[in-house]
Amino acid sequence: MGAKQFGARVKRLEDPALLVGSGQYTDDIKLPGTLHAAFVRSPHAAATLRGIDVDAALALPGVRAVFTAKDLPPAMSKMRMPQLVPNAAMQTIRTQHCLVVDEICHVGQAVAVVLADSQYIAEDGVDRVQVDYDVRQAVNDVRDAVKPGSPLVHPDLGSNIVAASPMAYGDVDAAFANAKHVFTEHIWQHRGGGNALEARAILANYDLMNDMLTVWSATQVPHTTRRMIAELMGRNLDQIRVIAPDVGGGFGPKATMYCEDTVIAQIAMQLRRPIKWTEDRREHFLCATQERDQYWDVSIAVDDDGRIIGVRGHLLHDSGAYLPWGIIMPYIAATTMPGPYVIPAYRLDMTVVFTNKVPTTPVRGAGRPQAVFAMERLMDRVARELKLDPSEVRRRNFIQPEQMPYPVGLVFRDGKPLVYDSGDYPKCQEAALKLSRYQDFKPRQAEALEQGRYIGIGIANYVEGTGLGPFEGVTVRVLPNGKVRVITGATNQGQGTRTTLSQIVADAVGCSMEDIVMTLGDTAAIANGLGAFASRQAVNAGSSARIAGLEVRKQILRVAARSLGVPEEQIDLEDGWAISRSGNRQSISFGRLSFASQGMPGFSMEPGDSVGLEHTAFYMPPQAAYCSGTHVAEVEVDVGTGAVKVVNYVVAHDCGTVINPLIVDGQVQGGVAHGIGNALLEWMQYDENAQPITVTFADYLMPMATDVPDCVIEHVETPCPLNPIGAKGAGEGGTIPAAAAIIAAVENALSPFAVFFADTPLVPERIVSALTTANAYRRRHAQK
Amino acid sequence: MTVKQAIAVTVNGKQYQREVEPRLTLADFLRHEINLTGTHLGCEHGVCGACTILLNGLSTRSCLTFAVQAHGQEVTTIEGLAEPDGTLSPLQQAMAENHALQCGFCTPGMLITLTELLRDDPNPDDAKIRETLTGNLCRCTGYSGIVAAARQVAKGGRGIAGD
Amino acid sequence: MKPAPFAYHVPRSLDDALRQLASLDNAKILAGGQSLVAMMNFRVVTPDHLIDINSVEGLSGITVEDGRLRIGAATRQRDLEFSTEIAWHCPLMRAAVLLVGHRQTRNRGTIGGSLAHADPSAELPNVCAAHDARIEIHGPDGVRTVPFAAFNRTFMTTAVEADEILTAVEIDLWAPGHGYSFHEFARRHGDFAIVGVAALLDVDDGHRVTRASLSLCGVDAMPRRLPAVESALIGRVLDDGTIDDVADMAGDLETIEDHHASKSYRQHLARILSGRALREANARACLQKARAAS
Repeated sequence: MGAKQFGARVKRLEDPALLVGSGQYTDDIKLPGTLHAAFVRSPHAAATLRGIDVDAALALPGVRAVFTAKDLPPAMSKMRMPQLVPNAAMQTIRTQHCLVVDEICHVGQAVAVVLADSQYIAEDGVDRVQVDYDVRQAVNDVRDAVKPGSPLVHPDLGSNIVAASPMAYGDVDAAFANAKHVFTEHIWQHRGGGNALEARAILANYDLMNDMLTVWSATQVPHTTRRMIAELMGRNLDQIRVIAPDVGGGFGPKATMYCEDTVIAQIAMQLRRPIKWTEDRREHFLCATQERDQYWDVSIAVDDDGRIIGVRGHLLHDSGAYLPWGIIMPYIAATTMPGPYVIPAYRLDMTVVFTNKVPTTPVRGAGRPQAVFAMERLMDRVARELKLDPSEVRRRNFIQPEQMPYPVGLVFRDGKPLVYDSGDYPKCQEAALKLSRYQDFKPRQAEALEQGRYIGIGIANYVEGTGLGPFEGVTVRVLPNGKVRVITGATNQGQGTRTTLSQIVADAVGCSMEDIVMTLGDTAAIANGLGAFASRQAVNAGSSARIAGLEVRKQILRVAARSLGVPEEQIDLEDGWAISRSGNRQSISFGRLSFASQGMPGFSMEPGDSVGLEHTAFYMPPQAAYCSGTHVAEVEVDVGTGAVKVVNYVVAHDCGTVINPLIVDGQVQGGVAHGIGNALLEWMQYDENAQPITVTFADYLMPMATDVPDCVIEHVETPCPLNPIGAKGAGEGGTIPAAAAIIAAVENALSPFAVFFADTPLVPERIVSALTTANAYRRRHAQK
Repeated sequence: MTVKQAIAVTVNGKQYQREVEPRLTLADFLRHEINLTGTHLGCEHGVCGACTILLNGLSTRSCLTFAVQAHGQEVTTIEGLAEPDGTLSPLQQAMAENHALQCGFCTPGMLITLTELLRDDPNPDDAKIRETLTGNLCRCTGYSGIVAAARQVAKGGRGIAGD
Repeated sequence: MKPAPFAYHVPRSLDDALRQLASLDNAKILAGGQSLVAMMNFRVVTPDHLIDINSVEGLSGITVEDGRLRIGAATRQRDLEFSTEIAWHCPLMRAAVLLVGHRQTRNRGTIGGSLAHADPSAELPNVCAAHDARIEIHGPDGVRTVPFAAFNRTFMTTAVEADEILTAVEIDLWAPGHGYSFHEFARRHGDFAIVGVAALLDVDDGHRVTRASLSLCGVDAMPRRLPAVESALIGRVLDDGTIDDVADMAGDLETIEDHHASKSYRQHLARILSGRALREANARACLQKARAAS
C-alpha cells in the first residue's frame, strides 16, 4: 500500500468551518428553554460554611431556582468527586464535594448555583445570595504547610502531608560519598494555568422520552466525564451521553473532573430543563486546576570529566486543596528527571502537600518541565564549575542510541518499568546545535557586547513519556454511500485529531480524505474511550486507526474479489474504488461493496465473511513511548530594565514517525510559546491568605505575538518500535525544556556579571535585583 | 432589570432589529440574539481579543461595547469575511495554508484584526503584524502561523500559497 | 462576568448630558468604555445610569491654533495616533499613544476617558503632565479650566466632580524642533507601564538646555513631574555623565509598590528610563538645531 497522506503536510480538515465562524463550541449550542447557571463561590480560602440564605435571589424575576448541597439528592451531596489515579503512596485521597457541604479549602469553591432565564439574571441572583462563613486561617505557601503547627487545610486529616515517598535506584549515598565534585541547586517553579482561550463550559439536557441525559462539555475526556457523572448520580452509564463538541483548547485542565459538570447534569434532570454553564475568565483563574509550583533541593555528583555519578534531592509539591489527579505530577517529575543521561545512582524524595489553593493537575508538560528544569540547571552548573561547554557536559553523559531500549531503573506512572524504547539523543543535540549556529555564537556574543548588547544562548534536553494507555479505540465503517465513517473516543481541542486520523485511515482503506466522515468525542458513538492527555492520541488512536483501517481493507478486498471475479492480490483500492489490475480495469465502488457486504435477505453469508465493512480496534500500548529532543534558546537581555527577549529558538525533536509535519510543527511552536510563558511571564500569584491576585489577563501575563519568535524545527525521526505507526507524542515537548533553555540563555547573556537563576518565571525585577547585587550598575555602559 | 430598548444594527450587510436590555454586550447580542456565534468570548475584560469585530470598519472589542451603542451602526463579524458565494477571503485561505489556527477559538479575533490591518496597510512588515496582533491572545499556535498567513497575504496580494 | 443592570442615556448635546448627570443618581459617563466596561463586567463598578457621550456634538476633534493644541475629550486614541497635527506639533503625544493598549482598544478609547480614569501608569496623563496641559471641565455652573497639576488629585481620582464632564485638553505647544521622548517599561507590548518617562527639551545653538520637562508615570499615585531634575538640566550640555547624574536624582523618588513591581525596582526603572528618555530627547533637540543651522 502506497502511503499517500501519512507523513504529508496535509491541510487540516478542521479549518474550513472554524475560519467562517461555524464551529460549534459548547456555548454556541442552543436548546429551547435553557436555564443559565451562575455559581456562588467562596471568597475565603479556608472557612466553614455556616448557612446560606437564598430568598432574595429567588425573589428576583427571572431566577428559577437556587441549588445548594442540601438541594441535591442526599447520596450525591455526600459523595466526593472520584479519585482518578489512586497511588499506594498516598496517605489520603481527598477530593471535593459537588457543592460545599461544610469545608471550604480554596477561594472559588462552589457553594451554590443560581438558575435563571439569562446569564445576566443568574449573576444578579448570585449577588443576592447571602452566605455565612466561619473563616479559618489559610496556608498559602507549601513550605509553610509542611511545618509543624501550620494551619491545616483539612483539619480532620490531622496533617497537610499527602504523600512522602522516594523514587530511587542504585547506591546514591555511596556515589556521593566517593564523588570528586558535588553541586547543589535550590529550584522553584511557579504556579500557572492552562488558560485555554475557551474556558470550561457545559450544557446538559434530559430527554424524558428516551430517558437519556445528554451533556455537551468543553472537555478533553468525555468518557471519563460520563463515568464520573454516572457514579455521582447513581445512573446507568449508557443512559448518559457526553459529547465534546468543538473545544477551544485543553492543555490539561480540561482533563480534570469538576464538580460543576455533575451539578449541572443533575439539575438538568431535576428541573427537566436544559441547563447551561459557561465559565468566565475570573472563574477559570479561581477554579480551573493549575500546575507547576514545586520546590526542588537537588544535588549532582560528578567526576573530574563532568560524568554523572549520582543525583539526589528532595521535591516539595504543592497539590493545592484536593487531589483530583492524585500525585501524578510529582510522580512524573521524579521519573522524568534522569532524562537522556546515564545516571548510575538516583534518589529523589517527594513530599506532596495540601495548601489552600486550587488543586494542581497536569498542565501541558505535567511535572516534566519542573524535572527538566532541575536536571538541566544541574548540568549547566557542572559545566560552569568544571569550565566545560554546556553542550559538552551533556554530550559526555548521553545515553547512546545503541543502548536502546534503555532501562532507567525506575517505575513510570503507567506502572511499567521506565524503559526508553528508542531515540538518538546525541543526534538531536547535534542537529539543534547546528541549526542554532551554536559554534559561532561566542564571536557573535563578543561582537554584540562591544555594542553594549547582551545576548546569550542556552541548551536543554528532555525525554518525555508519552502515548500512555490504557487504550483508545477507533471504528472504521464503510457506509452504503461510499463514505467512510471513523469513530473514536479520542478528542480534539486543536490538535487536528480529525485530520491526522483521516490521513491514517485514508491510506489504510484506500479512500480520499474527503470521503471520511468522523465522529470524535461522543460517548454514544463508541462505548469506551479516554481522550486527550499525556500526548497520547496519535499513538493510541493513530495505531487503532491503522489497525482498524487495514482490517476493513481486507474485508473490502474479500468482497471486491468476489464481485469483480479476480483474486484479491490483483485489486487496487484507490479513492473509494476497488479496481482490478488485470484486463479492462473493471472497478466497483466502496458503496456497492458495503451494500454487498450486508448479504441478501434469506441468503447465507459466505464462510469467513464479516457483516458489513467495519472493524473496531483498541490499540493497547505495552508502555509509554518516549519522545525526546533538544531546545536551544537565544535571548537578548536589556540590562537596564531586566527585560528578556527570546530572539531565536531551535527545536530538534524526536516524536517518532511524523504523521503530519504541518500539525507537529504547530504543536511544537505552540508548546514553546507556553514554555516562554512559563519561563518569563506567567505567574499565578496568591497573597498570604491564599487569595488569588492575578485573576485577569492583564495581571496573569500570557505570551503575546511579540514575545514568541518563529521556531526553527527539525524532526529527528526514530520510529517507536512499540506501535504500528512508529509514533510518539508531540503535544508537550515544545513546553517541557523551554524554561530550562531560556533561563540558561539569560545566564549566558549576563555572564559578564556572573549572576545565576534557579526560579521561574524569571521576571525582569529578579534580573535587575541580581544585577544590582552583582554591582552591575556601577558600570555606566550597562545603563544606556 | 431595566427597560428594553429597540435597536437596529446592520451586521454583515443585513439589518437586525431587536429589543435589548442596555447592559447586553454587543458580543452577547451577536452570539445569542442573532445567533452569530462565530464571535467568541475569551475574557470579557478586553484583553484576549477573541470577541473583536469591525464596528463601522474599525476593530473593536465587542465585550466592551454595549449592543445599544451599535444602534444604527455597521458591524462585520467572522461570518461576514468570505465572499457571498462562500469563497474564503485570501486571509482565510492563508490561515489554513499556514496552520494559523488550532482550536479556532481566537481565530475570529485574529481574522478581524488582520483584515483591518491589511486593508489599511496592505504591506506591513513582520514587526507591524506582530505589534498589531498583541491585541489578540492565542494559546495554541505560538503565533507563527498567524504571522505567516498575514505575511503571505501582504506579499502575494492573492493569498495563494507557494507559486 | 455580565454587568449589572443600568439605564442608558444618549444625550445629543453637552447641556443635555450635564442635565442628565445632575438629575440621575449613581450615573457614569461612557466614552470609549475600554476601562469602564471591563470594570462593569467584573461588577466592581455598578452605575444605575450610563450616559453615553459618544453622540454629543463637538466633543471630539483636534485643532492647532495660536501655538495651542486643543483635543476634544471624546477624541479617540486612534485619531491621536493618525493625526498629522499631533505628529507634527506634539510628537511626545504621538510617541506615547502608540504605547497605549492595542489597535483594537485605541479604536474606541478616548483621551478624555484616559484622563478621567487616571490610572497611575497610564501614558496620556503623563504626557499632559509633561506638557502642563489644561483640562477643560463643564459643570452645571459653566466651564472651568484646571491645570494638570491640580487635575489628577490622587490615585484614580481627578478634579472632575460628580456633576461635571471633562470636555477638552489644551496644550501650549513647544517650539518646533524641540526634543521629546517617551520611554516606558511594560512587561508586554501594550500593557500599562510599570514606569514611564516623558521628556521634553529645548536646547540653544550651543546645545545647552534652555527648557526642560520630565514627568514619570507608574511611580506615584499620579504622574509626577520632577522640577528639581528639570532645573538641574537648565544651562547644561547633556553629555552622558550629566544625564547619568540627573537620572540618579529620578531614582531617588519615593514610589508606590504592588504585586507588579517593588519600590526599589520602580526607583531603578525611574533612573534608567529617565536617562534613556533624556538621552533621546536631547539627541533629537540637538539634531533639529543642527538641521536648522545648516
